[in-house]
Amino acid sequence: MSGLSWLIQVIEVLVALLAAPLFSGWIAQCRAVLQNRTPPSIWVPYRNIRKLLIKEAVLAEHASPLFRTAPYIVFGTMICAAAIVPSMGTNLPFSNAADAIALVGLLATARVFMALAAMDVGTAFGSLGARREMMVGFLAEPALLIVIFVASLISQSTALPTIADRLATEAFALYPALAFTAVAFALVLLAENARLPVDNPATHLELTMIHEAMLLEYSARHLALMEWSAALKLFNYACIGMALFVPWGAATTAMPTVPALLVAIPILALKLLVSGAVLATAETAFAKLRVFRVPELLATAFLLAVLGLLVHLLLQG
Amino acid sequence: MSTLPLDLQVLNAIAALFLLLAFGMLSQRRVVTLVKLLALQAALLCAATLLLAWRTGETHLYLSALLTLLLKVLFLPWLLNRLIRRLGVYWDSEPLLQISGTMLVGLLLVIFSFGLAQPIVALASTATRSGIAIAIAVVLLSFLTMITRRKAMSQVVGFLSMENGLFFGAMSATYGMPMIVELGVALDVLVAMLVLGVFFFQIRERFDSLDLHHLESLREDQ
Repeated sequence: MSGLSWLIQVIEVLVALLAAPLFSGWIAQCRAVLQNRTPPSIWVPYRNIRKLLIKEAVLAEHASPLFRTAPYIVFGTMICAAAIVPSMGTNLPFSNAADAIALVGLLATARVFMALAAMDVGTAFGSLGARREMMVGFLAEPALLIVIFVASLISQSTALPTIADRLATEAFALYPALAFTAVAFALVLLAENARLPVDNPATHLELTMIHEAMLLEYSARHLALMEWSAALKLFNYACIGMALFVPWGAATTAMPTVPALLVAIPILALKLLVSGAVLATAETAFAKLRVFRVPELLATAFLLAVLGLLVHLLLQG
Repeated sequence: MSTLPLDLQVLNAIAALFLLLAFGMLSQRRVVTLVKLLALQAALLCAATLLLAWRTGETHLYLSALLTLLLKVLFLPWLLNRLIRRLGVYWDSEPLLQISGTMLVGLLLVIFSFGLAQPIVALASTATRSGIAIAIAVVLLSFLTMITRRKAMSQVVGFLSMENGLFFGAMSATYGMPMIVELGVALDVLVAMLVLGVFFFQIRERFDSLDLHHLESLREDQ
């Protein structure tokens, strides 16, 4: 561990911070094209954040300190997660800080604080959104954990960088278990990031909304942080998915650091472009589910993940 | 971590898809889709048999694959689709258990068959022995499909899928049954299907519905 690897670690976090709004903008663009609308500029999320940062923050009269600190906590958690997820390289100082299970716990912490903040002011919408978020969370989390367990069983480590490292460097092999869990992970990603079949990120006045309902009371810099962390969360999830299922191209332990990194960044950009387009296509193809049907979707995700686990165990025997 | 040769990996992938299709059937309420899944399952069985024939060089497996293709991939789905059109049954009525509950039972069945197959797998010497557990699971899942459905049509699809599972098991355990047994089973399935087709019409004429629920009660008024 030299100073160089710390520098790369910092670059990784900065790239995540800066690329996350762009990724959201790219998905919005793809969706607009698929729906025959004129695509908005890819910089819209940035402009949004800048606009919100300039404005003066307004707080509800009964807001407790928790309400004010929650955006910073959520944002901090997401940055921390971005440092752990091996988006560019697997041999970085922060990668030893937490394994994948701790990462899931980190994401859960962010969710808990968001839900608490949403309930803090005591509006009906806030607590409705919080309750729904917790419902989605408690169904999606086991599925996500089992997805990670399958990858851990295959690579015999629960640390995300080690998993990515093993899968990227070993000889090519077909893993039906990983194919199942990839589908399960995609469903979890859609549910956790308030994407279309579960929640519609584009609407406000809809009784079925989840994520937006929790943010209704926020304004200005707090809202900017919340939106930025939502974009970061999506970016992190995409990077977790890439680390588990398409780890090729990221800098691994076997390679020299700087040239590998120069290759890793364009490859990461390419993967993000493709996965954003795929995500937008999936969202356009799905219809919004009723809230009461969401457990069915997540049960399917859980089923696929467990099936992947079982198939792995069956076929190893 | 042991690395298998590529053809065995493909066989394993087919086995995994086979299991997934059994779950798909368990969750599917539309009879037409059920028949499509059945045809797909048979096609997978055919592909697995071909691959195994190529790997082991056993000629009777080629014949078996051909039989599977003609009978189970082409003829039976065609027959079933014709029956569905003529009888006008497109949906199964409400299943007896909730879908998600059935799925959980299905998962438990897979775990159970894993335990069940372990001693057999330990004794078997074929390269494809890991498919045995999956075959047992598919048989049990198809059985579950039959149990949780009311309509005669879905039950027949479950029955045929069970037969597919049995073939897969035989293939994984001993590289296929003797040709004479295989021919006999194929003929039996064909005849059973034809007889059941006649049965459907009889049931419908008698009860105005294909719901097997009606068969459970005595009809004193006649």
